[in-house]
Formats: sequence, structure tokens, C-alpha cells
Amino acid sequence: MDTINTDLFISMPEITMLSMAMFILIIDLFLNKNNRMIIYGLAQMTLFAAAYLVLSLNAFAIDVAYNGMFISDPISDVLKLATLIGASIMLVYTRHYMQLRQMFSGEYYALFLFAIVGMMVMISGYNLITIYVGLELLSLCVYALVALDRDNARATEAAMKYFVLGALASGMLLYGMSMIYGVTGSLDIGTIAERLKDAFEQNPDFIHNPVLILGLVFIVSGLAFKFGAVPFHMWVPDVYQGSPTAITMLIGSIPKFAGFAMALRLLVFGLAYLVGDWQDMLLVMAVMSIAIGNITAIAQTNLKRMLAYSTISHIGFLLLGLMSGSLNGFASSMFYVSAYVLMSLAGFGMILLLSRKGHEAEQLDDLKGLNKRSPWTAFLMLITMFSMAGVPPTVGFYAKFTVLQAALHVGFIWVVVFAVLMAAIGAFYYLRVIKLMYFDEPVDTALIDAPLDMKMILSLNALALLVVGLMPQGLLELCGVAIATSLPHLL
Amino acid sequence: MLENYFPILMFILVGLGVGLGPLILGKLVSPHKPDAEKNSPYECGFEAFEDARMKFDVRYYLVAILFILFDLEIAFLFPWAVVLHDIGLFGFLAMMVFLFVLVVGFIYEWKKGALEWD
Repeated sequence: MDTINTDLFISMPEITMLSMAMFILIIDLFLNKNNRMIIYGLAQMTLFAAAYLVLSLNAFAIDVAYNGMFISDPISDVLKLATLIGASIMLVYTRHYMQLRQMFSGEYYALFLFAIVGMMVMISGYNLITIYVGLELLSLCVYALVALDRDNARATEAAMKYFVLGALASGMLLYGMSMIYGVTGSLDIGTIAERLKDAFEQNPDFIHNPVLILGLVFIVSGLAFKFGAVPFHMWVPDVYQGSPTAITMLIGSIPKFAGFAMALRLLVFGLAYLVGDWQDMLLVMAVMSIAIGNITAIAQTNLKRMLAYSTISHIGFLLLGLMSGSLNGFASSMFYVSAYVLMSLAGFGMILLLSRKGHEAEQLDDLKGLNKRSPWTAFLMLITMFSMAGVPPTVGFYAKFTVLQAALHVGFIWVVVFAVLMAAIGAFYYLRVIKLMYFDEPVDTALIDAPLDMKMILSLNALALLVVGLMPQGLLELCGVAIATSLPHLL
Repeated sequence: MLENYFPILMFILVGLGVGLGPLILGKLVSPHKPDAEKNSPYECGFEAFEDARMKFDVRYYLVAILFILFDLEIAFLFPWAVVLHDIGLFGFLAMMVFLFVLVVGFIYEWKKGALEWD
């Protein structure tokens, strides 16, 4: 009984979220339609309570619970906190949008919270099964959310594509996990690492075991599918464009924290001895993602589709940091993913801000002459676009800088040169947005109407890109310390 | 390093072979004498009664999927019931938590009217 008490204690944030999600699902059934704000308030309170619990319960210590299936370490604390903050911001941005489109329902909030629980379980999973269950909880909720606007043919199509390809990816991941289990005889990530170490010390050729390599290939493919890295990126543009923008924001931002954690747990915590193999695979995917993402984005006229390709290129940079295989590289990747989430929240938040009843501001033309309509909004979008392009002194610049520095440290000079060239090409389509906003005549002249809290948070969000870019030290150190204290024994 | 990937290549080739081989074989070996009667659709030997592309009610599907959800819990309940004496209060409470989560889903579907037949 004693251990179960500590186990429950360690996983308290997840338990709180889960209980509240169920509570919201039930309470919504008995609420009047006009009182949905109560649900919104409850969801926000849940996120805050969970964030408080993450911070207050043994933050920055390494605890293992449920017989090693669940871990709470500095990495998980930081990533969970970031996920919860991101989720809270997202709820502020999406409230008005959902209200206008008859999607302001209890189901949205319940599924949203369940998806966040899935992310938190992925972040804390220390066993192949735990990670997989977390991933499925996240994915299934998001499939349903994409189809929430069920009379919209585009959204239904997107949900269908997402579901089929997501199921395929889960299958691949699971197949890879089964092979790793076959070789090492354990599902526990710590045990897998130990068994590989022992086997490697007895016989250095062991890491060339074909089943092991095959398992790794499938795991990396599954990860790449979920990340949307080239060549497993086909679903990204269609799903981003087809989903309601509020849900696109959910797909395109905070789950990347969970994906990053999952990649770290599987590849670094578990399969660190195969670093030579996964380094090659990640390198190829990173280079292709950066190239295809940036080049294809130029041809897009739909803002959401453009941001989808932009995401693909950002994922390339993220993989570049992971690929470095050094503590420095992982920390820079973590910094990159934080910067990316902040940028994508601002970017999609802007689309939500400009959308109104019956009109989605998702075409590039909708941004024309934004400076004349609202100089402040245009300025915020300017910062966001500069940050995505990686122009100093925004956070996007520092994120790219640290990742490339880490890659350079381990000797990938040509890859770094290539990435910089591609980022320069990518700057074109970000700068085009700025040109449209400042030098073109407005096509859409409607008044920008949004609740005050959304405007304020969005302003803070975009300004944060600038502020963190000017003073990146705090966040950089946080990522560095989290990685260094969670991973002292590796590499 | 590269020879490690050889099994993957073999895997792909064998997979393609198993998939395509019978198709090609069937095309090559089987007699092929189509006529209008052979190509026309039929229902159990009769002329087709109506077009197959009609709307049909998926209500039964909903009931079926809910049945599977709640039926699966039995798979957990049986072994649990057998060893209940050994696992004690903790085991009992753990199952109650699981059942509670299912009941939440049940309340939701009931109140939403998923169980109403019309």
C-alpha cells in the first residue's frame, strides 16, 4: 500500500487532469447550453491545477513510479509545464472561434483535456507500453476533434486521412517495439538500455543484430510519421488545411513537446547504444524535411498549408539537434521545440484572430494590407513571421543558432551549411507575408473583432518571441539543466 | 553497416512477391472468356433487385460498438473475480476505479440519447 501511495502522488497531475476531464464530460450533459462558460472555466482551472501540481510535487527530482513504467524527471517536469501553459493559451485563443462555429461544446473540452493527459503520459512514459498508450490516447482524441465540425467535407476528409495514416504509424511503432522486446526481453526502457549495454560489452558486434536494427527502423519510422518528417509528411498539409483552425493549432503546437519527449525516451534513454544507426536515419530525414518543407511552402497560397510546410522544415531542425547525439544537442532541440510551439501558437492565433463568422482568414490574400486595418496586429504578425524565418533578434534565430551549433560541434559542417541555405530560401515565403501586410491594399476590410483576453494573450505571446530572443539565457539554461540532470549517465 | 538492412530488402521483396505473384499467375494461367452475362451483377443467382449503392441506417453500428466497449470489461472482470481473495481491498478498489470510468462513459451515452432507437 505504501508504494502505491507514492505512485499516486507522483502521477497526481495526470490523475487530476483525467478526473476533471471526466467530470467536465458529465457536468456538460446537465448544463444549459448558455452556461458553457462554466465548462471553459473548469477546463482552465484544471490546467492551472495540474501545472501547480507538476511544480509543487518533487519538481526537478527523478522519481520512478508503477514499477518503473512512469518517470518524473526534470525533462518531464519542464515539458509538462510547457504543455499545460500552451494548452491554457490555446483555450483562450479558440474560445471565440468555437463559439461562432457551434463547436463550443463540452465534448471539445473533454477531448482536449484527454489529449493533454495523453501527452503527459507520453512525456512521462518509461516503458514502451506506457508510451504507446499515451500516444494512442492523444491520437484518438485528436482524430475525433478534427472531425468535430462534421458537416464540413474538408474536415471529415482530413480526419479520415489522419486516422488511416496515424493508425499505420502506430502499427509501425508497435511493430518496432515488438522487435526490440524480442531482442532485449524487456519493455522497460531502463532495462532495455542495461541489457543492450551488457550485450554490447560481451560482444561489440551485438549492435549489428538485424532484428534490433529492423526494430529501430520501424520505431524511427513511426516517430517520423507522428512528427511529420519527410518522407512521412504526406498527411501534414492536408490535415492542417482541412481541420478547423482551432484544431490545427492543437495538432501543430503542443504535441511536439510530447513527440520530442517520446523520441528522447525511445532513442536516447532506451537505444543509446544504437546511436550510430539512428543518427544516420535522423540525419537523412532532417535534411529532407528542411529542404522539402522550405521549398514546397513557397508554392502555397493557403496560409494554413504554408504553415504546415513550415512545420515540416521546423521538424527538420528539431531532428538535427536530436541527431547530434550530444547533451548539448538534446538541450538545443528542447529549446527549439519550445520556441517552435511559441511561434506556432502565435501564428495560428493570428489566423483565429482574423477569422470571423462564416469566414476563415486562411488565404494569403486575407492578410493583404493588414497594416492599414490594424497596425498592432500587423506588427505582431511581423514578429511571428520574422521568428519563424529565423531573423535576429527573435527567438527563432536563437533556436536555429543553437541547433546548428550543436550539429557543428559533432562535425556535420556540410549539413549545417545546407540547412542555413535552405533557411535562407525559406525566408522568402515568410517575408512575402510581411510584404502583403505592409505594401498591399486590403482585400478584406472587415473589422477585426475578438475578445479582449485573446488580444492581450496573443500580444504577449508574440512579444515573448521578441523578449525571449533578446534574453534567451534563462530558457537555454533551463533546457540545459533539465537534460543534463535527467541524462547524466548516458553517452 | 549497410548489410544489416539486407533483411529489410528481402522482407520487401518477399512481401511484393507474395502479393503480386498470385495476381500475375491468375492472369496468366486462368481462362479468360468474358461475355455480357458473366459481367453483369447478380444476387445469389437472380437478376439484381436494385442498385447496391443505397443509403442504409448505421444505427446498429453504434449499438454494436458500444456493446464491444462494455463487453470487453468482462474479460477483465472474470480473472479479477477468481483472484479477488488474494488481491484484497486494493485489487477491489482498483477494479472499482476502472468500472467507474466505464460508468462515466455509460452515463454520457445514455444522456446523449445514443441508446434511443428512434
